[in-house]
Amino acid sequence: MMISQSVSELHELLVHKDVSSTELTKAYIKRIQIVDPELKAYLTVIKDPAMAQAAEIDRKIAHNQVLGDLEGIPMALKDNLCTEGVRTSCASKMLENFIPPYNATVTDRLQAAGTILLGKVNMDEFAMGSSTENSYFGKTRNPWDLERVPGGSSGGAAVAVAADEAAFALGSDTGGSVRQPAAFCGVVGLKPTYGAVSRYGLIAFASSLDQIGPLTKTVRDNALVMNAIAGYDPRDSTSVAYEKPDYTKFLVNDIKGLKIGIPREYFGEGIDPDVASGIRAGIQTLIDLGAEVSECSLPHTQYAIPAYYLIATAEASSNLARYDGVRYGYRGEAEDVLGMFRKTRAEGFGQEVKRRIMLGTYALSSGYYDAYYLKAQKVRTLIKQDFDKAFEKFDILLSPTAPTPAFRFGEKSSDPLTMYLSDITTVPINLAGIPAISIPAGFVKGMPIGMQLMGKAFNEGTLYRVAYTFEQNTQYHTLKPSLSGEVLARGSR
Amino acid sequence: MTISREDVEYVAALARLELTEPEIKEYTEQLNSILDYAAMLERLDTDDVIPTAHAVPLHNVMREDQVSPSINHDKALKNAPDGEEGFFRVPRISLT
Repeated sequence: MMISQSVSELHELLVHKDVSSTELTKAYIKRIQIVDPELKAYLTVIKDPAMAQAAEIDRKIAHNQVLGDLEGIPMALKDNLCTEGVRTSCASKMLENFIPPYNATVTDRLQAAGTILLGKVNMDEFAMGSSTENSYFGKTRNPWDLERVPGGSSGGAAVAVAADEAAFALGSDTGGSVRQPAAFCGVVGLKPTYGAVSRYGLIAFASSLDQIGPLTKTVRDNALVMNAIAGYDPRDSTSVAYEKPDYTKFLVNDIKGLKIGIPREYFGEGIDPDVASGIRAGIQTLIDLGAEVSECSLPHTQYAIPAYYLIATAEASSNLARYDGVRYGYRGEAEDVLGMFRKTRAEGFGQEVKRRIMLGTYALSSGYYDAYYLKAQKVRTLIKQDFDKAFEKFDILLSPTAPTPAFRFGEKSSDPLTMYLSDITTVPINLAGIPAISIPAGFVKGMPIGMQLMGKAFNEGTLYRVAYTFEQNTQYHTLKPSLSGEVLARGSR
Repeated sequence: MTISREDVEYVAALARLELTEPEIKEYTEQLNSILDYAAMLERLDTDDVIPTAHAVPLHNVMREDQVSPSINHDKALKNAPDGEEGFFRVPRISLT
């Protein structure tokens, strides 16, 4: 089926005029109409603008102009990435009717690359969560098992790609929000180095941790999307002016002599033994392909969760202070302005967002700042040093992306701490600011699992090289969830 | 118990959040359990450790002071819950 093909395959079809961008866009819209009533990956679908954009690309193809890698390719954006004229809700009641007056830099760059925006996809409210259960607009289902979560917070983005409702998608990753849903849904997800992709127009959660990253069907697609979105942007003061490579240059099927470290803390307590053995089988594959693998230690790993949740919530409490019912967003009614602020925020935010604002405000409040926020920032230094030390010996580090496969709805949502602990394998990476990619690496009881590769800052290329080699020598990425006839029938009603 | 009910009410006031009675109870309990867990950080000696605010060291990013286009009044007010004649309107500032 056309819609299940990779971006690079679709590009060939477009170039050889085997299919038009209009036909392709129509096929994705139809797929969304059939499966999305059940999966609920999308919050907004913009059929008419998408078709108009596709027609424009087709005119270009008709004139035999050279077609860019992403030109005419239909895609989806997480609903915290600003799209001018298209609602950007952050899956929150607070921004239910917010229509941005400007584009995020990544939106601009994908538009310049000629991609077709199909719509905006579901997420945990303000990207706070690991299951997409915190969306104000309801849950998104995992296409591999409809009773399970898709992961989060970029759950809609992962499902849209896994269920062929988009050729690729962009998500955001503050503590694992691209990688973990990619793992849960069996797709490729990259969290780039902090500063590699502009955050301008990404609705802020925790500014020192947030990064935008691509979710794709293949490693090559991921590199192609990074080529389009990465690079310095003066509108983001934390954007880094580094020399952006052509990421596809790293896609070689060869890892001979590459040094891979296996941090033992990522295989210990809390990690599902089946997941651990699945990843160990993947490690054996890499050894057989010529990698030099040995165990190592990141001794401060266990402190990453508390440090992360103090830093992320402190930054969130500050970032979310802007939602006061004055300039945009929801407004609650009250007699005076202070009452209006309090009503607006009480009624506009969901439970998890309020909980995090409370925790973050406490961590920053007078008398507790040193004990919690400053302490967490110091521990962040120790975690970063663990990685620096490991990278003196190794080219990359490897672990499971998540401790378990996708869990059931409601399984972790009653206790926030249990949910937070499920992020143990992903949050240290955000604290250190380094890049990491999750690639399909097998199945546990019918559910996909992801292998996480971590690299040195601005060394996405090495991650792509190892990921590509693994992909070329395994079949996991070719397996698709088979949506039952029942879903397809229910969806098309 | 690290946090009392009064602490929760105080923090809610700082955060401009009106909480319901069940929320106060729930957050008191949950913040305590999260902070109890976070207490493990105390085990680490960090006296001589420099805090990390950003993973990438960037300081004082400067640019030329040049005027560039920005969004106009109409666009800026378009999402306002209550806007009129080029202004954001809010309820009165004080009841007294």
